[in-house]
Amino acid sequence: MDILSNLWLGLSLAGSPFNLLYCFIGVFLGTLIGVLPGLGPTATIAMLLPITFILPPASALIMLAGIYYGSQYGGSTTSILVNLPGEAASVVTTLDGYQMARRGRAGVALATSAIGSFFAGTVATLLIVLFAPPLAKVALQFGPADYFSLMVLGLIACIVLAQGSLLHAVGMVVLGLLIGLAGTDVNSGIERFTFDIPELADGIGFVVVAMGMFGLGEIIRNLESERQFTGIAKITSLLPTREDWKRMVAPILRGTAIGSILGVLPGSGTILGAFGAYAIEKKVSKNSAEFGKGAIEGVAAPESANNAGAQTSFIPMLTLGIPSNSVMALMIGAMIIQGIQPGPLVITSQPSLFWGIIVSMWIGNFFLLILNLPLIGIWVRMIMVPYRFLYPAILVFCAIGVFSLKNVEFDIFLMALFGVLGYIFMKLDCEPAPLLLAMILGPLMEENLRRALLLSRGDAMVFLERPISATLLAIGLLALIAASTPVLYRKRNKVFEE
Amino acid sequence: MLGFIGNWKDFWTGLIYIACGTAALIISGDYELGTARNMGPAYFPRILGALLIIIGLIALLRSFFKSGTPLGEFAVRGLILVVGATVLFGIIARGAGLIIALPVLIIVSAYASHQFRLPSTLALAAGLTLFCILVFLKGLGVPLPVLGTWLAR
Repeated sequence: MDILSNLWLGLSLAGSPFNLLYCFIGVFLGTLIGVLPGLGPTATIAMLLPITFILPPASALIMLAGIYYGSQYGGSTTSILVNLPGEAASVVTTLDGYQMARRGRAGVALATSAIGSFFAGTVATLLIVLFAPPLAKVALQFGPADYFSLMVLGLIACIVLAQGSLLHAVGMVVLGLLIGLAGTDVNSGIERFTFDIPELADGIGFVVVAMGMFGLGEIIRNLESERQFTGIAKITSLLPTREDWKRMVAPILRGTAIGSILGVLPGSGTILGAFGAYAIEKKVSKNSAEFGKGAIEGVAAPESANNAGAQTSFIPMLTLGIPSNSVMALMIGAMIIQGIQPGPLVITSQPSLFWGIIVSMWIGNFFLLILNLPLIGIWVRMIMVPYRFLYPAILVFCAIGVFSLKNVEFDIFLMALFGVLGYIFMKLDCEPAPLLLAMILGPLMEENLRRALLLSRGDAMVFLERPISATLLAIGLLALIAASTPVLYRKRNKVFEE
Repeated sequence: MLGFIGNWKDFWTGLIYIACGTAALIISGDYELGTARNMGPAYFPRILGALLIIIGLIALLRSFFKSGTPLGEFAVRGLILVVGATVLFGIIARGAGLIIALPVLIIVSAYASHQFRLPSTLALAAGLTLFCILVFLKGLGVPLPVLGTWLAR
């Protein structure tokens, strides 16, 4: 009964009053930022990263994880009530969720979303428990060439899933890798791309870039068109009818399965799962004619999928030490700050931390169920906070937060610069997420490329000769070809436009 | 202006990528290249720089043939006020202290909104400043002064 003893170990850590408190704070903040449009988990976690220095590692990671999956719950609330997705993964929920609200069934839509999310979260947590340890064992056999190819695959996935032009996303990845290389080269001791600025000797902090692009850049973009909320759908009964229960079971199961699988893929996270689940549900459902007009299946499936994906996207981070999206990259940063080297060894060297985080996810999902159903009224009022109050507060937290990383003003100026760059790139249809992910992977990729070529005596064929590496590269190539074929390319754009 | 360019987003993206790639090649020209077997500090950056130039060239070429959506208005007012307020905060944070620097940051940035109202913004500034001083300075020990060196002796 290895699994049970592992879970017990996790529960003894996650169940302590102190960690329960931080789990609650995490999911509370997550719901809050999920509800507030214009503030996403990446910017929030970047802002809070400096604060986590003073916490023990487990509490810090439990709280940050809670923010991420909590934001998936909160994001659906605004989708349903005001037709504005709070998070990117909740975009599809607006299609049927808002229609349900307009027909006076907002409460049922919210309940469906919360129940589906809770079920999906529970299943996905179990999947992590089952699959993380064997995967970590496999990962121990990874050589430098395999790691390099894995990162290439992760970046390709990120490119394929980025919104807008594929070519622009490829460029953002390469640019991100270059930015990641700035600072002192570990092997030669030479300072690269530092322009003789002493503050850049340690490299450009990814928190600075994340706050600049996702914090400041987003604010400037949101100021282009400030939204006014006219009306919010009234919530009457939260309880689904017997008919509703019957109709939501199968979509929740399918959504959970799709979301769990797609969430593991590097670079995808939650968005792909939500879109995929909705598309498939529309195909297989008996009530497909009702889709877009308030079908309960259209809420249940994507909401289950995005929460399942939010949980399973922790698998590559926890077992391989490779971030699958920008939030996971920040989590890895938080681990490094706490003195934990992320990778397959975490599970054996820090078992209580590893299992504690996983158990906390289930506890957090339970908190979220309570926070989002009986207490929905609080969040409805939060939606009414005008953006003109919100963004100066975001700016203040970014400015003080980025300063407190190293206590230098230079980082504030650097953040401002990346804010400008982030805004310009957004205007040019260049998504900032691939850049951020590549920036974190840059030094890792170079190190593994260097080691792989050293071991193979300079022979680049090593990437194709090792079976793991070759498989990963083949998958990446297929994904890239598939995404650039005209038929699929148009479909991909259509999915994002919908 | 320049009617033969169909896609301005591709055009500018291409130019930016080419410029960044060229800069990477020039700067890493000072570092040691090494060999594939024993990579020097310039090896990976030069691969990336060359790749970025190629991607930029493709985008630039494509911009002449394919039409695209227009760039749209730039939020110049928001850009200048938000970025300006942040930079100003960085300059005066230590000298003036948070009791001045935070309200400056909040009021200047809030002015970027089209729905700016002075009374509510002042209330927001007062509340946020108090909150930050209590949480970040007293609670978390961020080494920024309440009253800066310019004001306190």
